[in-house]
Amino acid sequence: MLTKQRGPGGPAPSRYGNEETPVHVHGFLTEKLSLNLDKSVTTSATCGSSVTYGTSAPSESAVGEPGGCEGRRGLPRSLGWPPCSMTQSVVVQVGQCGNQIGCCFWDLALREHAAVNQKGIYDEAISSFFRNVDTRVVGDGGSISKGKICSLKARAVLIDMEEGVVNEILQGPLRDVFDTKQLITDISGSGNNWAVGHRVFGNLYQEQILEKLRKSAEHCDCLQCFFIIHSMGGGTGSGLGTFLLKVLEDEFPEVYRLVTSVYPSGEDDVITSPYNSILAMKELNEHADCVLPIDNQSLFDIISKIDLMVNSGKLGTTIKPKSLVTSSAGASKKRQEKPFDAMNNIVANLLLNLTSSARFEGSLNMDLNEISMNLVPFPQLHYLVSSLTPLYTLADVNIPPRRLDQMFSDAFSKHHQLIQADPKHNLYLACALMVRGNVQISDLRRNIERLKPSLQFVSWNQEGWKTSLCSVPPVGHSYSLLALANNTCVKPTFVELRERFMRLYKKKAHLHHYLQIEGMEESCFTEAVSSLSALIQEYNQLDATKSMPVEDLPRLSIAV
Amino acid sequence: MSIVTLQLGQCGNQIGFEVFDALFSDSHCPQRLCSKRENEAYQASCKERFFSEEENGVPIARAVLVDMEPKVINQTLLKAAQSGRWKYGQHSGFCQKQGSGNNWAYGYSVHGPRHEEPILNLIQKEAEKCDSLSGFFIIMSMAGGTGSGLGAFVTQNLQDQYSSSLKMNQIIWPYGTGEVIVQNYNSILTLSHLYRSSDALLVHENDAVHKICAKLMNIKHISFSDINQVLAHQLGSVFQPTYSAEGSFHYRRNPLGDLMENLVPHPEFKMLGVRNIPQMSENSLAYSTFTWAGLLKHLRQMLISNAKMEEGIDWQVRPPLSGLPTLGKTSLNKELHFNTSIANLLILRGKDVHSADLGKQKLRAYIHQYTKFGIEEEDFLDSFTLLEQVVASYRNL
Repeated sequence: MLTKQRGPGGPAPSRYGNEETPVHVHGFLTEKLSLNLDKSVTTSATCGSSVTYGTSAPSESAVGEPGGCEGRRGLPRSLGWPPCSMTQSVVVQVGQCGNQIGCCFWDLALREHAAVNQKGIYDEAISSFFRNVDTRVVGDGGSISKGKICSLKARAVLIDMEEGVVNEILQGPLRDVFDTKQLITDISGSGNNWAVGHRVFGNLYQEQILEKLRKSAEHCDCLQCFFIIHSMGGGTGSGLGTFLLKVLEDEFPEVYRLVTSVYPSGEDDVITSPYNSILAMKELNEHADCVLPIDNQSLFDIISKIDLMVNSGKLGTTIKPKSLVTSSAGASKKRQEKPFDAMNNIVANLLLNLTSSARFEGSLNMDLNEISMNLVPFPQLHYLVSSLTPLYTLADVNIPPRRLDQMFSDAFSKHHQLIQADPKHNLYLACALMVRGNVQISDLRRNIERLKPSLQFVSWNQEGWKTSLCSVPPVGHSYSLLALANNTCVKPTFVELRERFMRLYKKKAHLHHYLQIEGMEESCFTEAVSSLSALIQEYNQLDATKSMPVEDLPRLSIAV
Repeated sequence: MSIVTLQLGQCGNQIGFEVFDALFSDSHCPQRLCSKRENEAYQASCKERFFSEEENGVPIARAVLVDMEPKVINQTLLKAAQSGRWKYGQHSGFCQKQGSGNNWAYGYSVHGPRHEEPILNLIQKEAEKCDSLSGFFIIMSMAGGTGSGLGAFVTQNLQDQYSSSLKMNQIIWPYGTGEVIVQNYNSILTLSHLYRSSDALLVHENDAVHKICAKLMNIKHISFSDINQVLAHQLGSVFQPTYSAEGSFHYRRNPLGDLMENLVPHPEFKMLGVRNIPQMSENSLAYSTFTWAGLLKHLRQMLISNAKMEEGIDWQVRPPLSGLPTLGKTSLNKELHFNTSIANLLILRGKDVHSADLGKQKLRAYIHQYTKFGIEEEDFLDSFTLLEQVVASYRNL
């Protein structure tokens, strides 16, 4: 057991630095926990880890005993059996868009855990996304698996081929959450060229990427899922991001690959975005387990609607500022809101809600592997339309059931979707409802019964609902709902993408930028388009079954 | 004789906790409805069945908790320990880090063999603690991955290892309108495997219990813990000690044996259901007046008309049934009945499940998730065949 003794006259060391060292982003964790910290420092808390902080007087309580901190708080000393840890996930953020969204995600994740984790103990829920590290240990061996939170590091790998965004992150309030060893950057950027991102930088950085991924996997006890965040229209996110997928599939075949992809909107200012998107789609078709397509237009519409509601004052009640899904209000005031922040926050909320049932307890848990199992009937059809409610809460906290039902209705309204699509007039293959907060099974069932008649499910999956209940609500809300739907309504998005692609491709416009990259030929383009066409065809076949009556299939007859 | 309970998966563990809680509360009920000596005999009998003694007087449940992810077991252990009245054994839990993902194949083919040894060791330890083992009571759901898949695997193993002990599986039939999308696949596979290796299958449907909560108990916002408590109440009345022929102070010694003897005359007919009356909230209890004869009559009516609740009985009479009522204590009354109504359940739900399944299977939807872990189409076909046979046998009664 190491005992760190300070010389006389020095202030007692605090876990987050003293007055001299600046308190960084988990400063708000400190603000919340500062009382606890001070108390424990004076009584020299000893935790499961083998490092002792504070004065030399040893505490009488559990020294070196696992869960000793809990012993003092009145919980049973130890449940006596080896507690298992939960699974962990690693976030890989690629390109400008990916990193900006990722940044919002980590900020939100920290805030959520700060709100839930009052005691500052590094518990299973936090460990799913963060490591607990003793920063004073040089080198790699600083990981602490139990006890008080010392310094949290995100389980993330940040990749960008130009430095601007990543540098900004490293100078911002989240700089301590990331390890410099988790970054891969270059200077020149991919020039909005998928081929540069995928082939040039892919080859150049393959070794490094593998190494960083392996490192982050090693830090995990049981790695369950990779979350990849990127955009489809650019060069790095699109090209290098999808290159990664192949690497992940080869290196970690048993770990899920869940991709959050931002698709280019109609008025995208990147001319080559159709090329980039289609080339990336082929990779997504083949190497991703599950894709959550998002488009900027929908996010923008959501923001506008919220602004309208906030500013018009029509409602006559006030909106709780902390509850805005789009704002980071409530965090340290130093951080200024940047232009895409509001939109990125929505996506960050999506990811948090997706993983909430895996991290926190509830009466009907849903793990990440269940998403793929239930929502992906055929391996190719793994594109899920997401919608999130509520986007804000009104000041009235005692919300009667009618309000709760409204939340369910909203989840099926176009205004809450993160992608432009029309699921109600298309065919559902499967639908998942992930509820957080104080909602009971009867509320869930009642609403499913209520909404079912207006939705069309494919004939062989009429009861295709997957539900989960998580007890912990998100910050600022009493409850929330995330709906994930596998619906043929994604088809128009893909069809339109293909059309934009064909318009460019027929004229061979900008093609030379791609073809001059080694390894790129026209066949790459034609293959990519046929892959997309095959996907569209599968959706078409399912749509064709929409109007057919439900077949009464004969039962197996056996000789009695 | 003692019963060792096996709680599998989230559903199994959540229900198991409520069952032990109900059993404990029942046996330590402060109401002095009968003589002290009687009370003590009852307490002793109940305790011996389900709890073993610990030094500082807190009884330990004879249970093994298994789940593939840690959250639920942690919660269950904690809740029991915090109640202070009873608790689970310190080392009676087994869990892993990652769940089964609602995949029966994963629970059966991957988790099963991988963790066969430690789980069976735990069970053996618990069984050795009993003076005489009546059998095993396995609580699991059919819709998920761990309860269903791993449950089927473990039951099979118990059949091999403890062939002379009886096994009763308590299975939870999921809500009709979906809790898990692949629940039909999971249910079919589970049922067919359990039919081969279990001695009795006690079925509870989420839908039915939900209705009981809504109509009879007047609970406005039904949560899973409400549902589980009603379930536990019913299970408690099945397992609590019953009188033996010798008279008031002697309780029957072999709970599972008795049940099987009376209710499962032929291995082809293993499915059991529970009818429990009265079921009402504690508040209404004070305002009710029941006579024993009245309750019995009502119960017979319920059975004949295949109703699960006292209200809304459909008065079309079905063919005569056979069975043996057993008497319970205080104001509870229950009939555990093997009857055609369960057959009807199987047929009706089976029909929905089958048609849904066949439709899915025809298009081979979701099959790739199962073949990944070694369950092929033939396995599905086998399961279908077996269940069709069961349905046919019940029909021919």
